[in-house]
Amino acid sequence: MKLEDQRTTVYKVDPNHPETADLPTLRTEELLLNMGPQHPATHGVLKVIMELEGERLVKSTPVLGYLHRGVEKLAEGGTYHQFIPHTDRLDYVCAMYNNFAYCRAVEKLMDITLPERAEYLRTLVAEVQRIIGHLFWLGTQALDIGAMTVFFYTFRDREILLDWFDELCGARLTTSWYRIGGVERDFNDSLIDKVKRFIEYFPPKIDEYVIFLEKNRIWLARTCGVAVISAEDALSFGLSGPTLRGSGVDYDLRKYEPYSAYPWCEFNVPVGKNGDTYDRYWIRIEEFRESLKIIKQCLEQMQPGPIMADVPSVTLPPKDRVFTNLESMIQQFKLFSQGFDAPAGEIYCGTEAHKGELGFYIVSTGGGNPYRLKIRSPSFIHMGAFDYMSKGYMIADAVTIFGSYDIVMGECDR
Amino acid sequence: MHPIAEKIQSRFPEGFLSANEWRGDLAISVKREALHDVCAYIRKDPELDCDYMVHVSSVDWPDEAERFEVVYEVYSIRKRHRIRIKARVPEDDCRVDSMTDIWMGADFMEREVFDMMGIRFNHHPDLRRILMPDDYTEGYPLRKDFPVQGKGWRDTFDFLNDPN
Repeated sequence: MKLEDQRTTVYKVDPNHPETADLPTLRTEELLLNMGPQHPATHGVLKVIMELEGERLVKSTPVLGYLHRGVEKLAEGGTYHQFIPHTDRLDYVCAMYNNFAYCRAVEKLMDITLPERAEYLRTLVAEVQRIIGHLFWLGTQALDIGAMTVFFYTFRDREILLDWFDELCGARLTTSWYRIGGVERDFNDSLIDKVKRFIEYFPPKIDEYVIFLEKNRIWLARTCGVAVISAEDALSFGLSGPTLRGSGVDYDLRKYEPYSAYPWCEFNVPVGKNGDTYDRYWIRIEEFRESLKIIKQCLEQMQPGPIMADVPSVTLPPKDRVFTNLESMIQQFKLFSQGFDAPAGEIYCGTEAHKGELGFYIVSTGGGNPYRLKIRSPSFIHMGAFDYMSKGYMIADAVTIFGSYDIVMGECDR
Repeated sequence: MHPIAEKIQSRFPEGFLSANEWRGDLAISVKREALHDVCAYIRKDPELDCDYMVHVSSVDWPDEAERFEVVYEVYSIRKRHRIRIKARVPEDDCRVDSMTDIWMGADFMEREVFDMMGIRFNHHPDLRRILMPDDYTEGYPLRKDFPVQGKGWRDTFDFLNDPN
């Protein structure tokens, strides 16, 4: 058959129609498509088995666990202090917030109150981390959808903040800067200077991203009205963070259960209306501005003072004393190797990370190790809603949908 | 006792076991048979109104008569309270009713509990392993009798043991 003949083949659609009895039958069947585990748009190693009808998703089954490292099991074998570097590797693009959530959980277990300056430092760095997280999300989400330019702009600005982290704690990604009962070190003048400059520098850049995206017809067509979830369903699935707030629920732990220095700062929680991908994007853009507000207020309100709670049985001694004083060195060594004696009991402590509620459920039976440590990671729980939210959308929208959760597989699989 | 705990106790005098408030967290222990009814009640009751699923977890207590503990933590967005519901499950009948009909998010979270601790959920629509491979046969990794380094399955991988 010649090419021209092939093009003009007419298939039989209605099998009972008498006029089309001689025509060939069109073959129709459901197609099973594997996306991943190695796919540039899955933000790690995620596999999704998609059942397709034409280009529409009928059912999608996420296959998780490629990055499962058994962090919860490892936690049971180490002391509370030893677990902090493990939390860096949960959500490896936003390590500070994981440290923060974990340290808060242990402080709740040990009933420690932090000095004011430590709270301000924590809040400030957490908000810088939130900006980094949202910049990373915005760049990669736009890249996945087809707007490549934004990626370069957001990563340029993310780099400034990562260098700032580098100066703060010596690492760009796996930071481990938070300590149980405080933080590892104080800011110096250069760091404060750089944050101040960033506060001036950043607002015009936000407008720049917005111009790139909100006037881009492709971006609008691919985000508006895509992956709509109602507030009731979102709550039932346990979604949190911008994914939940996009559906119009103002659930933000910084307001609902104020912690650290958030009650002393003024900020708003942006809430969407439609529950679609666009609203979730808009919330993150607005959170840039709110985070800047919080950072600014922290800088203004921060007073000199201690950066570590004074509970020698739990908190680490100051680093300069560890190097010069034998007792402090022994104390540091014992706190890390044997740990402190935690009371028997169980707590759950949730923290509003930039993805959603990152919680730690710790069961202690006394002694230096947690008996059971459960990580409530927003990425994992968001993936639970993926099948429900993707039904009926196109294959290409699948990337938009799990992109809009801001999933990181290190956190999802733990 | 906490008013929420009292409310649940008066509604379920048979199923209610104990309530504990520590560090501001309210934890309520119920009998396994009553777990699903209690959860349905705290979801539907307008005063409790726990519409938000926080997490499902499990704890292994190998020395105790009823070895496993299933933990559901829920939150009410409107009333702003957090309740933790716990139930004990014995090892020889390691089953509990699924909450997927009450909170949709329970689907993945219960699968994780099954995968890690081996607790089965009745009426769960798709109870399969989720983080471990489907053909994983060493058991349930978060049980206390499971060694951290695994039970030797990894040693059978040639590419890990290749001396070159």
